[in-house]
Amino acid sequence: MNWTLALPEIVLACLGMAILIFGVLRKQESTQHATMLTIGAFLIVGFLIATRQTGFAFHGQFVADAFATFNKELVLLGGSLALILSLDWNRSQGIARFEYPVLVLFATVGMLVMVSASNLMTLYLGLELQSLALYVLAAFARDNLRSAEAGLKYFVLSGLASGLLLYGVSLVYGFSGTMDFQALHAALMKPAAAPTGLIVGVVFVLVGLAFKVSAVPFHMWTPDVYEGAPTPVTVFFATAPKVAAMALLLRVMGTSFAELVPAWQLLVVLMSIGSMVLGALAAIGQTNIKRLMAYSSIGHMGYALIGLAVGTSDGVRGVLVYMVVYVLMTAGTFACILAMKRDGRPVEQISDLSGLGTNDPGLALALSVFMFSLAGIPLMAGFFAKLYIFLAAVKSGLWTLAIIGVLASVIGAFYYIRIIKVMYFDPPAAAFDRRPPALSFVVAATGLFTAFFFLFPAPVVDAAELASRVLFR
Amino acid sequence: MTAVSLNHYLVVSGILLVIGVFGIFLNRKNVIVILMAIELILLAVNLNLVAFSAVLNDLTGQVLAMLVLTVAAAEAAIGLAIVVVYFRNRGSIQVEDVNLMKG
Repeated sequence: MNWTLALPEIVLACLGMAILIFGVLRKQESTQHATMLTIGAFLIVGFLIATRQTGFAFHGQFVADAFATFNKELVLLGGSLALILSLDWNRSQGIARFEYPVLVLFATVGMLVMVSASNLMTLYLGLELQSLALYVLAAFARDNLRSAEAGLKYFVLSGLASGLLLYGVSLVYGFSGTMDFQALHAALMKPAAAPTGLIVGVVFVLVGLAFKVSAVPFHMWTPDVYEGAPTPVTVFFATAPKVAAMALLLRVMGTSFAELVPAWQLLVVLMSIGSMVLGALAAIGQTNIKRLMAYSSIGHMGYALIGLAVGTSDGVRGVLVYMVVYVLMTAGTFACILAMKRDGRPVEQISDLSGLGTNDPGLALALSVFMFSLAGIPLMAGFFAKLYIFLAAVKSGLWTLAIIGVLASVIGAFYYIRIIKVMYFDPPAAAFDRRPPALSFVVAATGLFTAFFFLFPAPVVDAAELASRVLFR
Repeated sequence: MTAVSLNHYLVVSGILLVIGVFGIFLNRKNVIVILMAIELILLAVNLNLVAFSAVLNDLTGQVLAMLVLTVAAAEAAIGLAIVVVYFRNRGSIQVEDVNLMKG
């Protein structure tokens, strides 16, 4: 069995139940403590993950390797940042309930299982554990119609995606006789012999996972859910689940279907191009900044998918570096969006940012850093993330993809820079409320990382390099 | 009288899948129907899994089928809860009323 390899997940699930009991027993005002305890649990589990052995557990259903460790730490980082940001916002909006951190925790358990999946069954188990908690989170502001609508839309489309993925799983199982990633890899050593049914299954699995990373043409839910869900939930949606789904996609395609690259490469290339172009064009007309960030994240997933389309461990390294940078700059941007409040009420229009440059120079500077980084302006973290991806693409001869990527990021730069223009050059509006210290802390930390990543990229890149060697061998 | 072969099961489950997907996209009436359509997709998957499991003489498919049944129950519970929350806010569960945000 070797179950000790899954100890971090088991510990986290047990701690989650303990926190749930704590929240139920302490009648009033347990939210703050529950949130702190959850962040503490994330720290403990992060430590356990960093120190554990590698290998297979549960008869090959669960794998712990460098790739899993890398992505798990990133998932935990995203979850912790989302929780830190949620505390003050939830309290001021009257949705501070102790279930919030517990749901985030259980979604995170699901993501950790996803990242470690080495069998189609584990994959489904982790995916559903994550999704079930996320459905509830999207509708968490239950007295708010927009949040309820976001929850409903997310539930329907994500349920459909899970169903399609599962249908693909059943076909893959039926036409290969196994659900184990390693066994699938061994069975598909001669790709020419792969039956059509199996290829159809792979396509269904790919479609299901593309939904989860919100790649075009399966992105429809993203803008609505991002806009409707409470902003701290949006922060969570934009960071940790994206990492987990991307890791799962890489793992499935990079181990079990690695020999079938010619069969699925074109599909991934098309999804990638579609996401980059849509992310760049559709965001231009947006006035709501949360919606704009939704299209921006669709675009970023398109860039990350280039790394998968390449189908080498170089590409995987690019994706991993990209996801680290993406998580930190997105969390930082959303921290700035959370600061957009007047008289205790959140405002979400881009025009509300006008005058931020004079009202709150610090926040305006941080938001400018994030915008430059999202646009991929040189010396910001986002530039290097794109650089690694494009280098991998060029190295494998996927010139078209790299060129379209560069063009899309040039178009995308337009709307990021428009936000900076609004902040500094538009006639000033009233100042925002004082921002809570936790928020300033997140903005400062992620801002410093984004701005000075170029000075010390080695730790991240080396870790990604180590993690990427596991796939596409 | 021909025996029921694997292909028959696959065709039935394929038809169920298509009905489920169309139930989600073409349905203009009621959100509950969408929940039923999602359930139908999962049942199509289960049929597939059990049929493959019998043909391959391998238990894995049946184990996953049990897991899917459990998850489908949990998913239906959460889905209905979200529909209730939505109904309280909106006073209707018509699909064409789910349009506050464009998209």
